[in-house]
Amino acid sequence: MKLADLVKELSLEVKTCKDGLQRDVDSGYVSDLLSDVLANSAKDNIWITLQTHINIVAVASVKGLAGIIIVASRQPQEDTLKKAKVEKIPIMTTTKSAFEVAGKIYQLLK
Amino acid sequence: MLNTNSIPLDKLIVEGIFPLVGGNFAKAGEASIHLKQKLTELGLNEDIVRRAAIVTFEAEMNVIIYAVAGWLHYYVTPRQIKIIVQDMGHGIENIELALQEGYSTAPPWVKEMGWGSGMGLPNMKRTSDEFKIDSVVGEGTTVEMIIYLNNVKAQNK
Repeated sequence: MKLADLVKELSLEVKTCKDGLQRDVDSGYVSDLLSDVLANSAKDNIWITLQTHINIVAVASVKGLAGIIIVASRQPQEDTLKKAKVEKIPIMTTTKSAFEVAGKIYQLLK
Repeated sequence: MLNTNSIPLDKLIVEGIFPLVGGNFAKAGEASIHLKQKLTELGLNEDIVRRAAIVTFEAEMNVIIYAVAGWLHYYVTPRQIKIIVQDMGHGIENIELALQEGYSTAPPWVKEMGWGSGMGLPNMKRTSDEFKIDSVVGEGTTVEMIIYLNNVKAQNK
């Protein structure tokens, strides 16, 4: 499924890389521990987290993740957005909880 | 693509140094991204590059979280990628304990960032083919990790 379709289905707010939404998402990973994401996420995963600081961008970049959804109305910090633009990592936000977002995406990708 | 048949296995193809600064969270991951780019340019297999990037990121984080400064050195031969991360930090008192999954001495604010969950050293050990750690309390820590390149591992085992 295209990232753009996920954005539409979940009414996500796109914060960076609006032109990077044609990426394919094949699965997802939910975690707020960055070492866990480094170890266990896979390429082209959509990452669901409540972390908002700059390091999420490098983690997503190194792992080749399709994008980051920040949940529960949390907002990415300024330097996070700046770095995401440089590394071309789409960041999206939502008011929904990680549980809801993961559940919906799981249904969509099934 | 590296042609491992035509070059002696121990011939150095690429090497590099990347400086690391303790406490500089804004730069975290840059050494890893740098190495990932270098290895991708060499045409190395995606899984090898991914593993090198993971261990480098974790080693880099340890310098940023716990040390004053450090260096990443990497050496690529047709046989392997060797990654050495050396720091000037307070060192590790009990290495065996530090290698235990879930053991961490990180302060609460680092944990809130999602780091310091006691997964770093175990991740590095698990993801590399060879892992060595040496630490002197009050001086610093050196981690050496080797990742074998494709099919070379099979030949040597």
